Amino acid sequence: MTATEGSLLTAADLAGGGVHGDDPDTRGKFGVFGGRYVPEALIPALDEVASVYAEAKNDPAFVAEFEHLLRTYAGRPTTLTEVPRFAEHAGGARIVLKREDLTHTGAHKINNVLGQALLTRRLGKNRVIAETGAGQHGVATATAAALLGLECVIYMGAVDCERQALNVARMKLLGATVVPVENGSKTLKDAINEAFRDWVSNVEHTHYLFGTVAGPHPFPEIVRDFARVIGVEARRQIIELTGKLPDAVVAAVGGGSNAIGIFHAFIGDEGVALHGYEAGGRGLESGEHALTLTAGSIGVLHGSRTYVLQDDEGQTIESHSISAGLDYPGVGPEHAWLKDSGRATYHGVTDAEAMEAFSLLARTEGIIPAIESSHALAGALKLGRELGPDATILVNLSGRGDKDMGTAMKYFNL
Amino acid sequence: MTNPTLAAGAVERHLRARRDTGRGLLMPYVTGGITPSWTDYLRAFAAAGADAIEVGLPFSDPTLDGVTIQQAGDTALARGASTRRILAELSGMPDLGVPLVASTYYNLVLHDGAEAFCAALRRAGVGGLIVPDLPVHEADELTDVAAAAGIELVLLASPVTPQPRLAEISCRSRGFVYAVSLMGTTGERAALAASAAELTERIRRVTDRPVLLGFGISTPDQAREARRHADGVVVGAAVMRRVLDGAGPDDLRAFLATLRQALDQECDRPR
Repeated sequence: MTATEGSLLTAADLAGGGVHGDDPDTRGKFGVFGGRYVPEALIPALDEVASVYAEAKNDPAFVAEFEHLLRTYAGRPTTLTEVPRFAEHAGGARIVLKREDLTHTGAHKINNVLGQALLTRRLGKNRVIAETGAGQHGVATATAAALLGLECVIYMGAVDCERQALNVARMKLLGATVVPVENGSKTLKDAINEAFRDWVSNVEHTHYLFGTVAGPHPFPEIVRDFARVIGVEARRQIIELTGKLPDAVVAAVGGGSNAIGIFHAFIGDEGVALHGYEAGGRGLESGEHALTLTAGSIGVLHGSRTYVLQDDEGQTIESHSISAGLDYPGVGPEHAWLKDSGRATYHGVTDAEAMEAFSLLARTEGIIPAIESSHALAGALKLGRELGPDATILVNLSGRGDKDMGTAMKYFNL
Repeated sequence: MTNPTLAAGAVERHLRARRDTGRGLLMPYVTGGITPSWTDYLRAFAAAGADAIEVGLPFSDPTLDGVTIQQAGDTALARGASTRRILAELSGMPDLGVPLVASTYYNLVLHDGAEAFCAALRRAGVGGLIVPDLPVHEADELTDVAAAAGIELVLLASPVTPQPRLAEISCRSRGFVYAVSLMGTTGERAALAASAAELTERIRRVTDRPVLLGFGISTPDQAREARRHADGVVVGAAVMRRVLDGAGPDDLRAFLATLRQALDQECDRPR
């Protein structure tokens, strides 16, 4: 499965899941996880998305258009950057960053939204809706909608709208309507609930441009495939750089799209360990965290059977993280499956550990990472000390930290 | 082909028997645990002529519910309502003479395991179960478990469900077929959706099971119109808005009596 000369990715790259035999089955199940736990009214729309996508991913014209946008609009391929001064704090292990922070709009989210915006056009729909927590997926969706001339409505928890006022302004500037969600905990999970309510009411002309590898089938598969380019590029690049595969690939996990994006191309490489780092918030014992895979239990949330944070009555527990992008009480079903199969390992990183890595990367390498990505960096610091100086660790630097300056100013008293 | 009436459970037999007398069926909804004495609403519903009563088990993430039922669920949860407490309160009630149908999201069904959940329903005197986020192709596991526990699992049909799938839903549904009248969430509407008549007509073509129309049926006029197409109606948000506004059991009894009367008038007319 090599890319053709000069091309970022091919239809085979996009449809690469099948190569490893780990696509979900026809009912969207990864083992016992995934599926479609949604109202009957949405089933025909999900069927349509699945069949139009199945056709699109095997259509060279569609893949070429996606590839063209990734190259000329998103700024791909993104580079790898080795960070030796940072790595001194990781027991001298070799640490290499995949620079998704350098994409247009500043995070890996752009890959998925460009793919799904093209899919929306192919579906013959003219309106997209999306949920957003920190506002990154909302900004990316508004960007792609502006590019393709689609009407765009973003649901965002009222609490998040306040915390991320700058991103609300960006979305509005890009022509999107931002709807503050006032019910429930007024955060990401409630924004998703509200987006589903919009979708069931307007499904005839609206595509739900889902932002992560969670939700009902086929979203976990589609979002993964559009984010997969991260790992496809990184695998090629790290072999060019080091002459071999890395010992470990590391990423932050909220819903799980950046992690699946970089993991997926390595799943077949048995010698490459896959490590996901969830938001440990104020620590497991505090109860204020987003440790869905490490401390949650199996349930059904937002259309998918997966690990969720729930109380002993089955009610969803509100998660906590200093990083809004990881502040979600669910997780993509493919991660649940990778966890249970043992192929990937998931750990927690606290707010404090993430902020330490955030500041360390800035001071040692001149790169200000997103706080989400800082969880992966903190994980790499720990892992490097475990693996020793001979190890090479590839980290998905999923986004840049400009949006987090307000939080950083408060946290570090800047 | 087996005779569906013979295979039918208690909820379906009850609804069929009432329908066959020409009566329009009325199933009001209440969110369990909404007030300290919420079970009094059930008595009022039965006294007002309900043919079945739907009891909602509140969930933190009700994606198919509009504002009213969301608020009712949040209020109940804030009061400390839970599946266990609601079912315990139901089991303390005398027989109301009409079947109880629980409704909730799938996470609460799975939480202690579907078998334990269905057994708990049964012990509380509940005969039917509606799970709005469990479409027919995900329902295999629960269908078997519910049947073994004597719980009739009601499936929902939507206006955009294709005909072959509608046939499968109608065939596998137990108790009745829940026809969702419109594309949208629960909640009161100004008029009965145009899609209601066509959907009901399409379901009738494939089953003789009772068909109840729900979503957006809020007034006697709408109930009367719905009755022209379906065997009866489910009324949720119109009830819960009144409860949230402070209406007591007697107020609800009076409101439901107007719906009962509308359904009875419609059935008295030459059809």
